Amino acid sequence: MSDHAHAEPLGGKLFTGPFKVLIAIAAIGVAALLYRFVTGLGAVSGLTDGNAWGIWIAIDVVVGTALGCGGYAMALLVYLANRGEFHPLVRPAMLTGALGYTFAGTSIFIDVGRYWGIWKIPTYAAWWNFDSALLEVALCVMTYIFVLWLEFSPSFFERMKAAKSPGLRASGAAWQARMNKAMPWIIALGMLLPTMHQSSLGTTMMLPITKVHPLYLTQLLPLLFLVNCILLGYGAVILESTSSSLAWKRPDETGLLARLAPIMAWGLLGWVVVRFLDVVVRGQLGAAFRPDLAMLMFWVENVLTVVAALMLLSKRRESRAGLFSAALLVTTAGVLYRFDAYIVAYDAGPGWFYFPAVLEILITTGLVAIEIMIYIFIVKFFPVLSAAHSREAAPTVRGIA
Amino acid sequence: MTLTRRTLLKSAAAGAAATVALRADARERRMLPPNAQGLLYDSTLCIGCRACVVKCKLANGLPPDTKMVDGVAYDAPEGLNATTKTVVQQVSLADRSAFMKRQCMQCVDPACVSACMIKAFQKDPQTGVISYEASRCLGDRYCQMACPFNVPKFEWSKAFPVMVKCELCRKRVDRTDRDGVPACAEVCPREAVISGKTTDLLAVARARQKAHPGRYEERIFGEKEAGGTQCLYLAPKGVSFEELGMPKVPDHSIPEMAVSLQHGIYYDGIAPIVGFIGLGIIVSRNRAKAEKGETK
Repeated sequence: MSDHAHAEPLGGKLFTGPFKVLIAIAAIGVAALLYRFVTGLGAVSGLTDGNAWGIWIAIDVVVGTALGCGGYAMALLVYLANRGEFHPLVRPAMLTGALGYTFAGTSIFIDVGRYWGIWKIPTYAAWWNFDSALLEVALCVMTYIFVLWLEFSPSFFERMKAAKSPGLRASGAAWQARMNKAMPWIIALGMLLPTMHQSSLGTTMMLPITKVHPLYLTQLLPLLFLVNCILLGYGAVILESTSSSLAWKRPDETGLLARLAPIMAWGLLGWVVVRFLDVVVRGQLGAAFRPDLAMLMFWVENVLTVVAALMLLSKRRESRAGLFSAALLVTTAGVLYRFDAYIVAYDAGPGWFYFPAVLEILITTGLVAIEIMIYIFIVKFFPVLSAAHSREAAPTVRGIA
Repeated sequence: MTLTRRTLLKSAAAGAAATVALRADARERRMLPPNAQGLLYDSTLCIGCRACVVKCKLANGLPPDTKMVDGVAYDAPEGLNATTKTVVQQVSLADRSAFMKRQCMQCVDPACVSACMIKAFQKDPQTGVISYEASRCLGDRYCQMACPFNVPKFEWSKAFPVMVKCELCRKRVDRTDRDGVPACAEVCPREAVISGKTTDLLAVARARQKAHPGRYEERIFGEKEAGGTQCLYLAPKGVSFEELGMPKVPDHSIPEMAVSLQHGIYYDGIAPIVGFIGLGIIVSRNRAKAEKGETK
């Protein structure tokens, strides 16, 4: 993150019409949230003893962190595979990552029944149970939230350097220099932690072996979840860049984004092949033809993934609309896989049923609204989005410029 | 692109290798603790008086789960719940009905214990009783997700909830001269529930089967299920445990697969440290190269 000379604050009015809508959604969510802390979880959620985890875990945490893996996925490309041309995409991806993970952390705090004791996870080291994949997830996610904000922090320091007060300017410069020195190791941690907890999110669902559908219960769950989060990360980067360039009439980044397409396409196809081979090797091919909801979702996810891969390999990827719709398919398929592995494929036995309650959904939508509001605030007042790199860095733009 | 694909392939290969290696590296099979305590429930002797259910609530300080029947209030829980650590259910079968008692099975290799992040659930190394310590519980409910018998219950209607589950009367709050004896076994008028060492209980179960040929199902539930449980069950001849409401569980340990994989990947924490140092070096070198303008 050394050279972000092109990143600039967007500027403009903060309280636009859409922003006010977001405030309203957030306010409803916060009201529902207060109710949750007064009454307990039963009154606001569809959760039961049989379906103890619902959308707050499956969507806010399991899906939310994966969509926040754009920063991780881009870091793998730029800093590990040394593909510097993608550098302009890193900073906005780190911001969505930091926000996505902060949102997930907040949701965990809301979801756990005994939230006031959550500080015990990082501090009760003597009690850590290393058999628990969830412990690994909790520790890594908590740490990674800080790492992401550190990775994003140069943006704040650059803003400080542009401040009026000379003291603020000096300390901004000093901190930026300090951060620059530590950055390789922060980035390394930022690559290690998601590799660990994203795979562990898969391992987590390997424990209820009697309750998870045979199409989903496999020893490859950690691998499938890890590769899935990287692909979702690229998908999210494309969606985010395209929508921000449409919303704020920024230069189009399609030319650069399209270069992600082949990487994603081969990853997606590989993922589907591994998944089918795994089903065959485990002798569960029959389950892929035994009609139930999990079986239906299994096919939907895989078909969508293959269609997305083919779109990414075709010429369509070079147009903004084509690339955007392919990325939308990638994220839809990936999000469904995570949701299904945690909710649809999970069956505690006869008599148990889960559907999210209204207040439960409103809390999630409220949190998402707050997340988007913070994103808008930061990109308008801090240097995040690059202003004019696309023409210089990607001379092969063929999209709707 | 080649680099990324190679990285992806490498991690795929590593994942596959780890999976294969685990087959050989599987952790040791858990055995009954030396003084394993449990219950034996004999469905053929139970008359459904539910004295055990009521006594359990007294012993554990739990409120009644009141249902109105013909204008009369009864403590009549339908299943295990946040105020009910044991329950007796009537099961209607084709030609008869039978009773079934449910409570924590005290698994030999418990999924709840392996799930719990900071050991709110612990298995006593001597008695094998799985205890719950609320002060370490975060209410994340992974134990509920993990338990194959759906035993741990959560206080959904409380702002400051705890988990509720049978601890074999480890913490009795009522006055009793038989401390250490689970309330349900203490109060049962027909020895349909008895308590003791699991090995002794298994011998009693076998003796009952031998003394009354044709009365019992041959299978003793808990002897092998989920890798063995310290609470055991006898069913009437011709009635399967699944018909009595027990879930279908394999004969092997529940947490085995996830736990071996988790330890297999991390090599006792060595893998993450090596990974961190390796990544740090690569990133530093790549950044140095990039600053010199050598980016590919």
